[in-house]
Amino acid sequence: MSVPVTDLLRILPELVLAVFGTLIVLVEPFLRRTQKSLTGYIALIGALLALLSTLAPAMYPGPAFNGLVLVDGFSIFFHFLLLMITTLTIVASFRYLEREGLPQGEFYALLLFATIGMGLMASGNELVLVFLGLETVSIATYVLVGFRRTEVRSNEAAMKYFLLGSFATAFMLYGIALLFGATGTTFLPDIARQLAEGGGMRTLALMGMGLLFVGLGFKLALVPFQAWVPDVYEGAPTPVTAFLSAGPKAAVLAAFLRIFFTALEPLSGSWVWVIWATAILTMCIGNLGALMQDNIKRMLAYSSIAHAGYILIAFAAHSELGIAAVLFYLVAYALMKLGAFSIVSHVSAGEAHQSIDDYAGLHARHPLLAACLTVFLLSLIGIPLTGGFFGKLYIFTAGIDANLMGLVIVGVVNSALSAAYYLRVVKVMYMSEPQGNLAVVPVPASLVFVLTLTVLGTIGLGVFPSPILQFAQQSVLPLP
Amino acid sequence: MTFYEVTFYVLAVVALLSAILVITCRNPVHSAIFLVLTLLSVALIFLQLQAEFMAAVQIIVYIGGIMVLFLFVIMLVNLDVAVRQAPYNRQRWIAGFAALVLLAEFTLFIYQGRDWAKLPPAAAEAVQPNTELIGRALFQNYILPFEVASLLLLVAMVGAVLMAKQR
Repeated sequence: MSVPVTDLLRILPELVLAVFGTLIVLVEPFLRRTQKSLTGYIALIGALLALLSTLAPAMYPGPAFNGLVLVDGFSIFFHFLLLMITTLTIVASFRYLEREGLPQGEFYALLLFATIGMGLMASGNELVLVFLGLETVSIATYVLVGFRRTEVRSNEAAMKYFLLGSFATAFMLYGIALLFGATGTTFLPDIARQLAEGGGMRTLALMGMGLLFVGLGFKLALVPFQAWVPDVYEGAPTPVTAFLSAGPKAAVLAAFLRIFFTALEPLSGSWVWVIWATAILTMCIGNLGALMQDNIKRMLAYSSIAHAGYILIAFAAHSELGIAAVLFYLVAYALMKLGAFSIVSHVSAGEAHQSIDDYAGLHARHPLLAACLTVFLLSLIGIPLTGGFFGKLYIFTAGIDANLMGLVIVGVVNSALSAAYYLRVVKVMYMSEPQGNLAVVPVPASLVFVLTLTVLGTIGLGVFPSPILQFAQQSVLPLP
Repeated sequence: MTFYEVTFYVLAVVALLSAILVITCRNPVHSAIFLVLTLLSVALIFLQLQAEFMAAVQIIVYIGGIMVLFLFVIMLVNLDVAVRQAPYNRQRWIAGFAALVLLAEFTLFIYQGRDWAKLPPAAAEAVQPNTELIGRALFQNYILPFEVASLLLLVAMVGAVLMAKQR
């Protein structure tokens, strides 16, 4: 049996990534120790080519592989976003891996393979494929988190992430099995049709839905499944933390939105209030946790929990406006988180100086780094002229539009609360005297590149949000 | 009693007896071998039900893969201590009582639900070679997940080698 060419065109980004990922693994053993950084450039070329090849599915949208894959605006949007995240992560890792003496080939190969999984989660229209995509991302990131093998904290993080992640995977798989048992199919549109017609076993479907929510909620770090986040984000190599907080999160959210807004749409009466309650818990616990942290990576980890909570407001809005707000927010969020963690990876050389106090007087040592970090932190608060502002604005607008006043008020109060811990870092950077004698390490060119793009992106989204917003509005999932 | 029924009962009894022996044997290696016997008789029951794919998977995965793992673990841990310990602990009367209650409960449920569980008789010709069907599904409709699964295994392999190799 031959596969039609259009089917292959619709998964072209994944094919390109698979070729380059395998190429890296094959080439790496033949490189001398000093040439290993070549794999990074191969990965960069692969990611950029994949980004370019996303135009192919964009030009030929439609279902592929008997409906297993659905290429629509939604999946195209996520492909652009995810490949941008991967590209920036690759560039941000260049110097880090050399400095820490970590194996480079495997790092980039796993990063590319994880991106394949993320892409399939965004375009998968069938539960088995979505699950396989999620597992590819998960296993690759388990290894990436534990990449600093000689470091105890990295080992601890990888172990926790692996054990809890496998547990969540089992939940997810059981949920898929129950949904299949209830409806007799794993294709999302068919599940929706079965449930809408009142066919299938409703109780079983509800149980399956609950288990799916647990599995996906774990990967998205929603409260009460957030316990792993601070330890894992702290112990992982910082570029991996940046990747984790942006990439897999966006991909899981894509699968979450697609599964709940297409397959489980007929059951929406049963899940909207769950999302509502989870949103409040996630925002409050994320922000309260972040207030108490002295370690900047842990602080940013809790902040990413809180941001998942804001995103859930737009999710709970259950409207096309809400989906557009989620998409826009994810772009702004990815830019600021990648930027902030890149700065952390530079300042905390050797992962030693992670305390917020180590940022004292950063202004004097690295005026530009301090300025960039300030931009990202202001964007995380949601100050006007940054992408974070419009992101939150659209989310709250979607919430008000859907009459979720309570949720929006909690969100606004939490945003105000979050200013306390973000501004603390800004205050320490500009007003405290530097402690100890941290060397002034020159910023490598690769980091300058990443920071330029992320700062320009963050401010650009805050000044001219309309192009991305229009792209997001055109990319929403059609709601019935 | 037809030949079909005779073989079924023989296999069922062998499966159950060896299952009991798995938990009563003092020597863990004997337990493991009786577990192989249990799994093998279940595989034969699958074969009798014309589920030859399940039978093959049962043998390859359980007997071939998991049992080898078991035996490795048994070889690695200290057996002398386990052999000398009493196989039953002091709660055997409570456990026996609980088992009896559970048995009564199951019997009652099966008795009450005997009509519900009656399946329509399967048409003899309708049973298709299921290995072939699974093969078709795997390599035609589900070719993409099949390939993605191979990628997943590659990722796991690269990760395992990376984590385990000498520095």
